Amino acid sequence: MNFLHQLLEKQRPLFAKGGKLERFYYVFEALETFLFTPPTTTPARGVQIRDAIDLKRMMMTVVIALLPCLFYGMWNVGHQHFLAIGQTATFAEKFLLGFKLVLPIILVAYASGGLVEVIFAIMRKHPINEGFLVTGMLIPLVMPVTIPLWQVALATVFAVLVAKEVFGGTGMNILNVALTARAFLYFAYPTDISGSVWTYLGQEAKTVDGYSGATALAIIAETSANLKSNFTHGAAVEALNKVAWAPGLFSFENLFFGAIPGSIGETSTLMCLIGAAILIITGVGSWKIILSVFAGAYLTGLLLNAFPLNAYMDLPAHYHLVIGGLAFGAVYMATDPVSAAHTETGKWIYGFLIGFFTIVIRVFNPAYPEGIMLAILLMNVFAPLIDYYVVQANKNRRLSRATV
Amino acid sequence: MSKVIKLKKGFDINLAGKAALQLTEHHPETVAIKFDDFPGMYRPKIVVKEGDTVKAGSALFFDKAMEDVIYASPVSGEVIAVHRGEKRKPIEIVILCDRTIQYQEHRKFTISEIANLSAEDALTHMVGSGVWVQVIQRPFGIVANPHLAPRDIFISTFDTSPLAPDYEFIFKGQEQYFQVGIEILRKVGKCDIHLGINAAAEVSKVFGSVNNVRIHKFMGPHPAGNVGVQIHHIAPINKGDIVWTLHPYGVIQIGKLFLEGRYDASKIIAVAGSEVKQPQYYKTFTGANISKLVANNLKSQHVRFISGNVLTGCKIEANGHLGFYDHLLTVIPEGDKPRFFLTEGWLAPVTNRLSFHRAFGLLSFLNSKTKEYVLDTSTNGEERAFVMTGAFEQVVPMDILPLHLIKAILANDYDGMEALGIYEVIEEDLALCEFIDVSKQPIQQIIRQGINMMRES
Repeated sequence: MNFLHQLLEKQRPLFAKGGKLERFYYVFEALETFLFTPPTTTPARGVQIRDAIDLKRMMMTVVIALLPCLFYGMWNVGHQHFLAIGQTATFAEKFLLGFKLVLPIILVAYASGGLVEVIFAIMRKHPINEGFLVTGMLIPLVMPVTIPLWQVALATVFAVLVAKEVFGGTGMNILNVALTARAFLYFAYPTDISGSVWTYLGQEAKTVDGYSGATALAIIAETSANLKSNFTHGAAVEALNKVAWAPGLFSFENLFFGAIPGSIGETSTLMCLIGAAILIITGVGSWKIILSVFAGAYLTGLLLNAFPLNAYMDLPAHYHLVIGGLAFGAVYMATDPVSAAHTETGKWIYGFLIGFFTIVIRVFNPAYPEGIMLAILLMNVFAPLIDYYVVQANKNRRLSRATV
Repeated sequence: MSKVIKLKKGFDINLAGKAALQLTEHHPETVAIKFDDFPGMYRPKIVVKEGDTVKAGSALFFDKAMEDVIYASPVSGEVIAVHRGEKRKPIEIVILCDRTIQYQEHRKFTISEIANLSAEDALTHMVGSGVWVQVIQRPFGIVANPHLAPRDIFISTFDTSPLAPDYEFIFKGQEQYFQVGIEILRKVGKCDIHLGINAAAEVSKVFGSVNNVRIHKFMGPHPAGNVGVQIHHIAPINKGDIVWTLHPYGVIQIGKLFLEGRYDASKIIAVAGSEVKQPQYYKTFTGANISKLVANNLKSQHVRFISGNVLTGCKIEANGHLGFYDHLLTVIPEGDKPRFFLTEGWLAPVTNRLSFHRAFGLLSFLNSKTKEYVLDTSTNGEERAFVMTGAFEQVVPMDILPLHLIKAILANDYDGMEALGIYEVIEEDLALCEFIDVSKQPIQQIIRQGINMMRES
């Protein structure tokens, strides 16, 4: 591999100060450091040895943790398609169809977001940060498979620009970038990201009798709205089990395993838990946040169960954990270290409130079927406030010590 | 028996090449005093010039901000160089070492004379002889101002940093000097003296039977041996407090000054690290030239010489000199090789590069705790923005939020720095943060920058 490095090094003068391509130095730097850990050594003062970790490796860990969701999502895209048109298909056929549909979305997200990153790195003269490795993967996974590609590009560009670069780039952003992309589409093009968009039906295919592309969240919300206060105990679960065109589609097990309509990568709670295990074992994702989101959602669900005024409030609390994008949001979105609370105590509060607000938005807000996106964005905004109080407590401890 | 303070947070870096308990005399050709070793100095005034002959204990320079404290020559000989940098900023004074050291003679005291000595006389004797430089003041980690009374004095009697010298070995037989040093400090400081003792080790011969001190036992990974961490758990520094800290070496030097009438700058140092053929101890002088120590004693040629330990030390040349406060010379391989990302770089599984983290492919946590690592000076990545949270807290066993403190410094937030504990730390206390930092930021440099801002405010 030495020849490759030498080849790269030969190009360095072009990009160095005074070189022809000076302004593209950080593009060169990104490529070279991607291929080779640079030969830089520690300075004369300060630590003389450094930990083996770097940001690339850390971000790569998150990408790897996303792979179970990605692969499962690809299969599920195919699975939902064939289920809807009433054909049987092999595992490979399902996966390949999903692969064919999902890959362009991923490529578009990486390309459009990456372009913005590069332009800003050149303009602002800072290195290209590795954070986009993760964002570029997260954005496709929270999109419906039917999303037009130009919308993916637009949303990604918007999110990277407005959620990140405007605030000063990686490490400075307040909002989670991937969720900003989703929220942008949600409010700018609501028809393309809600309703029956979750399943790819193809051009001329006919759907099975009674087909409806509704998600579990939509079914429960509709049931609850129809019945109002005249509901019987267990009505929501009954409505889920009654889906006629695909019996058992919304059974608790199926909701947990994730062979249901939804965004590409978020349907399977099981895969999210595998990803969570990877993040927690490697220490890259905060277990405190993941656990407290689930705890917050479950306890809020239980609380609502205690005073059921409609069918949604009556929905068993454990159902809340497997429907919608709660698990995906808890594991991959809430744990984004930059937009989450930065203090350890703050992480507990931050996660718990995300879980709480997710359920509150789901159950009480008729306009938004899913609450996790807005709950996380809301708590992103409040995370600095939570940190403020935790930091203030630390300051007060120091201050009270002084006056004793 | 005092109760043991158990610290859970921290991280031990177990490096290969520990010094064997074996001692050889080493008489250096030259010694040097480097001005960078005294970060608190404002305007040094040098009182010798090239060609002067000095005795061990003769004044070389002083700080115009603290004129009565002299910085003494460790050896006798000829001043052969006064190196200066830009704007005539002094860098180092080099002295050609006599074969037999001539000492500047001071008055000798008997134990009973010491007991009757007044605090003022003891102080004058200390500042005028060179030993005062061993008294470090917190906040800021600078040479103490002799006119500001301390609240307490703290001495850590063990070192948990990588390849640290064994204090039981290097201070063997110095019990009497240590005790006299303690008596003098008690007189001068008029306050309690706290001794931090390693609870994990056997009963200390040198420090176990010291009188008139308050003993505190500590247990835990590095930085449990850092005096700053110990202060935090014994009696933390608040705004307006001043405490003194000393290395046991300094206490012994003070004891020797009063009992023997000499400024004795001889010291035992460890020469250690994976690239040293025979890692062992040497008896030499403060600021000794290392060229004879490392000649024919290296396993490989492309190495880095570090005065001090790998976390807080300073790179020196093969013919360079040890730092003023250092008791260790570490030699490790240089790491200036590019590494392809799939085979050795950021996507490859690695077991032989130590990591505090367990991110994908970092498998060093699977190794046995006793595995000794050969680590090089590679940065293992590039400097990036702060992204990770919650890691620094795990290696700082103090009620301090390191990331917030660092960000307060970077934001020039004086009130924030003060409230977040800038008075309680110096570089070494957050050195592990710099080691484990994913974003490869120069944390220790930032901390010193913050300390300087507070001093000048």
